[in-house]
Amino acid sequence: MNTEQQPNFNSTVSIDKVGVEERVSRLNKRSIKNESKMQALKLALSMIDLTTLEGKDSEGKVIQLCSKARTPYAPMPDLPSVAAVCVYPSMVKTAKNALKGTSINVASVATAFPSGMASHQVKLEDTKFAVDAGADEIDMVISRGEFLKGNYNFVYDEIASIKEACGDAHLKVILETGELETYENVRKASDIAMYAGADFIKTSTGKISPAATQPVTLVMLEAIRDYYQATGKMIGMKPAGGIRKAKQALQYLVLVKETLGASWLSPEWFRFGASSLTNDLLMQIVKQETGVYQSSNYFSND
Amino acid sequence: MTQSTKEKSQNGEVKPTSPNSDLKLDFNSFWSYSDAPESSGHIKLKEKYDLFINGEFVAGKKGRMMNTINPSTEKPLAEFTEATSEDVDAAVKSARKAYEKTWSKLSGKERGKYIYRLARMIQEHAKDLAIIESMDGGKPIRESRDVDVPLAAAYFFYYAGWADKLDYAFPGRKADPVGVCGQIIPWNFPLLMLSWKIAPALAAGNTVVLKPAETTPLTALKFAEICQDAGLPDGVVNIVTGAGPTGAAIVDHPDVDKIAFTGSTEVGKIIQKSLAGTEKKFTLELGGKGPNIVFEDAPIDQAVEGIINSIFFNQGHVCCAGSRLLVQEGISDKLLKKLKERMETLIVGDPLDKNTDIGAINSKMQYDKINEYLEIGVNEGATIHQSSVDIPENGYFCKPTLFTDVGQSNRIVQEEIFGPVLTIQTFRTPEEAIDKANNTPFGLAGGIWTDKGSKIFKVSQKIRSGVVWANTFNKFDPTSPFGGYKESGMGREGGLHGLYPYVNLK
Amino acid sequence: MSDRIEVLKTYKTYVGGKFPRSESGKTYPIKDASGSVIANACRCTRKDVRDAMLPARSAFGDWSGRSGYNRGQILYRIAEMLEGRKEQFIKELELGGMKAKAAAEEVNLSIDRLVYFAGWTDKYPQVFGTINPVASQHFNFTAPEPTGVVAIISTDESPLLSIVSQVAPVIAGGNSCVVLASETNPLVVVSFGEVLNSSDVPGGVVNILTGFRDEMLDHLTKHMDVNAVFNSIDNQETRKLIDLNASISVKRVHHYPVDSWFDEKHENPYLILEFQESKTTWHPAGV
Repeated sequence: MNTEQQPNFNSTVSIDKVGVEERVSRLNKRSIKNESKMQALKLALSMIDLTTLEGKDSEGKVIQLCSKARTPYAPMPDLPSVAAVCVYPSMVKTAKNALKGTSINVASVATAFPSGMASHQVKLEDTKFAVDAGADEIDMVISRGEFLKGNYNFVYDEIASIKEACGDAHLKVILETGELETYENVRKASDIAMYAGADFIKTSTGKISPAATQPVTLVMLEAIRDYYQATGKMIGMKPAGGIRKAKQALQYLVLVKETLGASWLSPEWFRFGASSLTNDLLMQIVKQETGVYQSSNYFSND
Repeated sequence: MTQSTKEKSQNGEVKPTSPNSDLKLDFNSFWSYSDAPESSGHIKLKEKYDLFINGEFVAGKKGRMMNTINPSTEKPLAEFTEATSEDVDAAVKSARKAYEKTWSKLSGKERGKYIYRLARMIQEHAKDLAIIESMDGGKPIRESRDVDVPLAAAYFFYYAGWADKLDYAFPGRKADPVGVCGQIIPWNFPLLMLSWKIAPALAAGNTVVLKPAETTPLTALKFAEICQDAGLPDGVVNIVTGAGPTGAAIVDHPDVDKIAFTGSTEVGKIIQKSLAGTEKKFTLELGGKGPNIVFEDAPIDQAVEGIINSIFFNQGHVCCAGSRLLVQEGISDKLLKKLKERMETLIVGDPLDKNTDIGAINSKMQYDKINEYLEIGVNEGATIHQSSVDIPENGYFCKPTLFTDVGQSNRIVQEEIFGPVLTIQTFRTPEEAIDKANNTPFGLAGGIWTDKGSKIFKVSQKIRSGVVWANTFNKFDPTSPFGGYKESGMGREGGLHGLYPYVNLK
Repeated sequence: MSDRIEVLKTYKTYVGGKFPRSESGKTYPIKDASGSVIANACRCTRKDVRDAMLPARSAFGDWSGRSGYNRGQILYRIAEMLEGRKEQFIKELELGGMKAKAAAEEVNLSIDRLVYFAGWTDKYPQVFGTINPVASQHFNFTAPEPTGVVAIISTDESPLLSIVSQVAPVIAGGNSCVVLASETNPLVVVSFGEVLNSSDVPGGVVNILTGFRDEMLDHLTKHMDVNAVFNSIDNQETRKLIDLNASISVKRVHHYPVDSWFDEKHENPYLILEFQESKTTWHPAGV
C-alpha cells in the first residue's frame, strides 16, 4: 500500500446531500433505448453476484442457485452467465463444486457477517475458512461501531489484516452505508477501505434498510474515481440489496458510465449484489427480442 | 448521438482493463446511448399565426408576416404576424376595456379561479408545450419538460392563490391594480417568462398585452389558445407578436400603465429612456455576468455539478448564469480537471432527444455573437478549452467552452456572452473574491461554494446581486423573488415581492 | 452694551464629515422675506458633485454593514441633537420667512420624524423580508438590502422637514446620500449637517450641497456611481431630466411630489423600501 498518499481520515471530504441527489436524479433522466438498452441488459446480467444469504440456506438451495448462475435462461443459451455466486462460508464448498468448469466466481461473506460483532481472531478465521474452502472473493463487513466512534485506525487495520488473510482472493469491503447515514461517512469509509487494500467497495449487507441507493453509489463511485486518479489503481464497486428491477440496474450503469467511464463497465469492476434482479433482466431481454411483455411464470425462481 | 462502436464482446463479457497512463477517464468507447427522440409528429402548428386580441385570433392590420425557425434544423416552423402600432393599439384598447368592464369587476376569488384554470391547462398541455418550446427555441427537451413548463404552471398556481389575499400582502396598505400592463419577454425561457409576467399581473387585477420574442413566439400563441379554452374573459390577455418595433409600440402607448421587460441591459436602458417623464410604472429584468465563487473547502463534486448547471443550463442563455467562475487558488487545478472531465459527458445535439444536455443556440444572430466572443477571447490571449463532443453539422450548435488565463479587464470577463462559455479566474482570499465578484456593472445572481456556514452568510451579504445561490445554482421557484441590482434591472419577479410592481398601494 | 458686534455664521457645505467651501469658491446670497441678505451660501457645481460622491460611496460599505440597532441609535441621536439646538433652527427658519409658530412646528416634527424612522431600522427587514417556501430541498429567504448611494433632491418649502423626511428613510435603510438642499433656504440644511456631524453619523453617509439645482442636478443624476434618485421637485422638466439621466445606468428613481411635508403620510416604511433591493439567498437543506 502506498501510505505516503494516504489521506488524513480525520478530515472530511465535504459532500452536499442535496447536490448528490440532484445529480442522481439528472442521471436517471438518461433514456436508454433500443440497441443501447439490449447491450446494457446483457451487461447487467453479466455483473450479477447471485446471492443467497439466509439462515435457512441449504446445499440444495445453493446448487439450484448455481445452476441458475450458469444458465440464467435456457431458451437463450447465448446469454452471459452471472459474475459470481455469493453465499455464506459454510456453503462455499458446495457452490465451488456446483460451478466447476465455469468462469463463475464464488464469493463468500465473512468477518461475522452481517454485524461484524466478533473478535478479530474469529473474523480472521472466518475469512481463512472461506478462502480455504475455495472462495474466489471475500465480502467482509467493516466495524461500523468503531467507525462511528471515530476509530478510523481500527477500521483501517482490520481491513488490512483481512486483506492479508484473503491471500489471492479478491476482497470486497461492505461499508453498510445504511448504518453510516451520511454521505460524508460513506465517502470516508470508502477512502479507508480503498487505502487499506480493498479490491471492491460494496454498499450493504442487504440486512439493513436502506441497502444500496443510487446517491450512495454515486458517492462511492466518485471516491473510486478520485482514488484512481491519485494512485492509478482501479477499485471495483458493488451496490447490493434492493436492486430488483432492470430499470434500476440500467440507472446504476448510467451512474458508472458517466462517473468512471467505459473501463468500469465490466463485471471485473462493477457488480450487482442481487438475486431477483436476474429474472427481471431476463424478462426485459426477452421482451426486447420478441416485443412481447413477459410473465414471471416463464422464468425460473431459483 | 452515435451508436456504440466498440462493444467489447457480443455477450457483454469483458476483459480486465488496466488504467491508461494519464489517468484520464474514458467516457466514449463503450456503451453509448441510442437516439431517444421525443416524438413530435403529433404536434399541430398552424402555418400562419394571427394576433390574439380581445379573445380571438385576428390578422394584423398591415398583414406583415415573420418566420420562426427551428434553430436545430434551420428550417421554418411557422409564420406569425408582425404587429404594427395600430395592432398594438387595438390590443391595448381591448385590454383597457377588459380591465374596466370585466376583470376589475370580478372578485379576487373569481379571478383566482381563472388563473388556477390556466395553471391546470398548462399542466394538461405540458408535453406538447415542452416539445414546441424545444422546437422553437432549441432548448433540450429535458429542460423544457422538467423545468420550463412545470415551473410555468407552478407560477400560475402560486399567483392564483394571491388574487383574493392581496389585503394580506402589504401591511397597512390596500393594493389596487395598476391597469393595463405591457409586457415584453425574451427568447431564452419563452413560456416561463410569460408566466412570470402574466400570473402576478392577473392576480393583482390587471389586464395585459404581452409580446413574446420574435424567435420564439409559438408557446405564447399556444398559451393564447389555452386562454380561449379556459374561457378567460376577452381582452384580459392579449398576445401581440413581432420584433423591436412592436415592443416599442407597447412601451410608447399612452394608455399602458405599466411596462415589464425582460431582456438585455441595452434594450432595458432604451425602454427606461423612452419612459422618461411619463407616469408609467416599470420593472426591468436585464443582463448579468454572474460570479460563481468556489472556496477550497467546497463540496467539490457538487460544486462541479453546480458550475455545469450555472453555465451550460439552457445553452448558457440565462441572464443569471454563473458565467464568471472564481476559484480559490489551492483547488483550482483539481477543480479544473474535474470540470473538464464532467464536460466530456455533456451531450450536445438534437433538442428533442431526451439525452441531450445542450441543445441548439437560439438563433443565427446569437450563434454569430457567441462565435465572435470565442474569437475575442482567443485574441485577448485567453486559453480556450472545449469538450471533444461531436456537434451536428446543421443547426446552430456550440461546444461547451472554458476560458482560462483571463483577466478582469478582458471583454469575455466583462460582457455578457449569453452562451455556453465560462471564464475562470482564481483568487486567494475572500476579500479578493468579493472584490472581483462585484467589479461589474451587473448584479443579478451569484454563487458561493463552501462548507462553512458563517462564510456563506458573510459572502452572500457582500455580493451585490439579487439572488445568491449558496452550494447550488440556477434554482427557481414561484415563491422565490428574482431580480437584479445595479444594471441588471429593478423590481422583483416571483414570491410576494413579485406582486409589488403590479399594484398601486393606497 | 448694545455695541457688541454679532459674530455671523459662514454657511458651507457638508461633505465627507467635513465642512468645505464650494470648489469654485462661489457663493450666492440668501435673503430674508424683506429681501435683505442674511448670509451667503456656497454655490456648488459639477466638481462639488464629483467630490461629494466619493465619500458617499466609500461610506456606504461601513454604513450598510452596521446593525439596524446601531443605525437606529444613531438616528435617535440625531433627534436628540436637534432637540438640543431647536431654538437655533427655529430662528433660522424664521429668518427664511417662516412664522414663529410654523417654524417651531417644523422643527418639532422634524425631530419626531427622525425618532419615527429610528424605530424602523431594525424592523423593516422583518416586515419586508420573507422566508420562501420553495418546493425543493432548499432553505430560501429574501431580505432587503440598501440600494447604494442615493441622490436626494429636496424641496424649497419646509427646507428642514424636507431633508429630514427624505434623508431619514434613506439612511435608516443603510444607504448613503448626496443631498441637494433647498435652493432658497439652504441655511437651515447646512446647520442640519452640523447636527449630523455631532450625532455619530459617520462622515460621508450624508453629504449636503447647496447652490442652484440647475448647475448640479444634471451632473448628479447622470453620475454613474449614483444608484437611485429620490426627487421631490414636482416639475415635469426636472422629472424628465432625472428619468433620462437615470436610464444611462439603470438608476432607480422615486419621484415623490409633496403637498405638505407636515402630512403624517410621510411617515411610513414604504419610503424605506423604495431604496432597498431584495436579495434572495438559496441553500440546500440536508445532512
